[in-house]
Amino acid sequence: MTGSVSHRTPFSDWRTRETTEHLLRAIEAETRHLPAALKLMEVCGTHTMALHRSGLKPRLREAGIELISGPGCPVCITPDYYHEAVIDLLTTRNDIIVCTFGDLTRVPTRKGSLQTVVPQPGSRLKIVYSPEEAVQEARSQPDKQVIFFGAGFETTIPGITFTVKTATELNLKNYSLLTAFWLIPPALKAIIESGELAINGFIYPGHVSVIIGEKPYAFIAEKYHLPGAISGFEPADILLGVLSVVRQIRSGKPLVANEYQRVVKPQGNPQALALMEKYLSKTPADWRGLGIIPDSGLKLKPDYSAFDALKKFSLKLKPGQAGKTACRCGEVLKGLIDPGNCPLFGRQCRPDSPQGPCMVSYEGACLIEYKFSGAKDHD
Amino acid sequence: MTKISLELGSGGRLMRDFISGKVVPLFKNPILSELHDAAHLPGGLALTTDSYTVDPLFFPGGDIGSLCINGTVNDLVVSGARPAYLTLSLIIEEGFELEQLEKILQSIKRTARKNSVEIVTGDTKVVPQGQGGKIYINTAGVGRLLGRPQPRKIKPGDKILVTGEIGEHGLAIMLSRNNFPLVSGVKSDCAPLLFLLPLWTQGALWMRDITRGGLATVLAELAQTISYPLLVEEDKIPYSTRLQGAVEILGIDPLYLACEGRALIVAPARKAELILKRLRSNPRGRKAAIIGEVQTKTGQPGETLLKTSTGGLRLLEPLTSELLPRIC
Repeated sequence: MTGSVSHRTPFSDWRTRETTEHLLRAIEAETRHLPAALKLMEVCGTHTMALHRSGLKPRLREAGIELISGPGCPVCITPDYYHEAVIDLLTTRNDIIVCTFGDLTRVPTRKGSLQTVVPQPGSRLKIVYSPEEAVQEARSQPDKQVIFFGAGFETTIPGITFTVKTATELNLKNYSLLTAFWLIPPALKAIIESGELAINGFIYPGHVSVIIGEKPYAFIAEKYHLPGAISGFEPADILLGVLSVVRQIRSGKPLVANEYQRVVKPQGNPQALALMEKYLSKTPADWRGLGIIPDSGLKLKPDYSAFDALKKFSLKLKPGQAGKTACRCGEVLKGLIDPGNCPLFGRQCRPDSPQGPCMVSYEGACLIEYKFSGAKDHD
Repeated sequence: MTKISLELGSGGRLMRDFISGKVVPLFKNPILSELHDAAHLPGGLALTTDSYTVDPLFFPGGDIGSLCINGTVNDLVVSGARPAYLTLSLIIEEGFELEQLEKILQSIKRTARKNSVEIVTGDTKVVPQGQGGKIYINTAGVGRLLGRPQPRKIKPGDKILVTGEIGEHGLAIMLSRNNFPLVSGVKSDCAPLLFLLPLWTQGALWMRDITRGGLATVLAELAQTISYPLLVEEDKIPYSTRLQGAVEILGIDPLYLACEGRALIVAPARKAELILKRLRSNPRGRKAAIIGEVQTKTGQPGETLLKTSTGGLRLLEPLTSELLPRIC
């Protein structure tokens, strides 16, 4: 060792052609003995993206693996009426600052998108990268009401919820959360039980698993006898996950494999889980495409209702009123159809004129398909 | 679309559709129809114009002043012309700090001198407070033609080069716009491309400065200009290690990040190595690389394919919407 700092490409070991080829061959060696191609669901949108970005999807298809995109895109599964409630606030009051993540601002609704509506003078939208920025905004703008519109899974829920703790300590009266918090395991249960899809196994989301650990997926192996593997997001990570699932299928012993051990601990992140436990309670939640799933959402406990934008501003979330369009995001989210099967895909619905959230989010199956698979203009 | 959206200006498909559908047909003439970065006028002259708006006005590695000179100079260079004279129009919002304006003017002076161009005429307007974003600048430039882009001569086997590490400008702007304390030391690549001028007589067939929309968008435009597909290799595209770390965290595809001092060059295979050597002998081109090739076998005409590090093939689309960091 010379002691000098090496300037290696980040993650380079997980992206090399040699590693990829090696893993693909190993997968092929297993699938060769199976009668038909396997259908695995990659639950997480970041997996969908990584698969396309690295060009792995066709390679896996050759190796006998069909990957189906799951509901793991928070922007995509948050129903329109959340956005509409926020739009109402911005367009009727003159003291509101809505802070939110970038891709939430482009979702089209009957009332426009957060980015296209013109707020009342005095109100505005601010794109933030960390929920903490919203708290800072509330501190520096004491005469405004700052609302953080946070949509997310277990990955981002603790970070967003932490702002309630910070705001309490700072005694901020002008900060609140509009939560669109979704839990992955109950959604997987709903997908399995709907029986609409013949899935042979799951690639579990790495980021979510960092928080929740391995155990919340155990019922899928035990009760439904479906294999699964927690995976990271580099090409080699995903292939390791696929290989694990294929081997579980061949051995007939489904389990929850952890192929992302460099980051995911079996018990998850106890601090984050404790924070969620303290501030949040389970609630039925309405997933776009999947409908209402019991205990699949989280909301602020009554003790913290001072920070709950729903209560503070008497917001009405009006389910079931989404405008009728030919958009089939719902079925895409369930893995029932490929984006290309939607009549709007690549025609009216394009990244610069999205008709549904799956074409908006960077993790949306439609946007990813459009960007990476060369959807051509049809009109 | 009934109203103009911000995305129209982000350099992607929407803008190209607007220009080719609503602008070009109105003013139809042979010079405009070429749609170069600069117009080739009779008498061996090239003319270009560009308007500059950037937030923040001052960013690591540059400011709107250096940008408005380098940008116009570079448009002339990649169109085959040596820049000579520039105009300067300022649209200033009422209330803008004089001190900042003077800083910008000094930067314009320095950059013009560095590029050996003269500012020979100009205009100043002030708009009422609230009706402008602090300051907008338009520059136009004329130059004398030394060479000519020859897209029709591009054929399979020709090499595709970039002149340096890509994406630094877009990343620097994104980081400073959002006050990200994330990565230190990312600086805009804002710089003149004058050192590319000799390449016009050394075999370069086509050049384009990589600006909004990034490398992917310029490649897609090139592919649509010629009748062959392009294949570039991910592993050969030069990025700084700093940038690679930052884009991993932000979830941004560096192929779509803007540059302000980088260009894409197409050259015949037998001249590509020499051009690469010439590029690398200049401090601004030290990281230049041959990143790909014009194809016949792989892909369809009009397509740009990226051979990924893992050995997969991915289609590169032009930028379609503004880059925003992702949710998780």
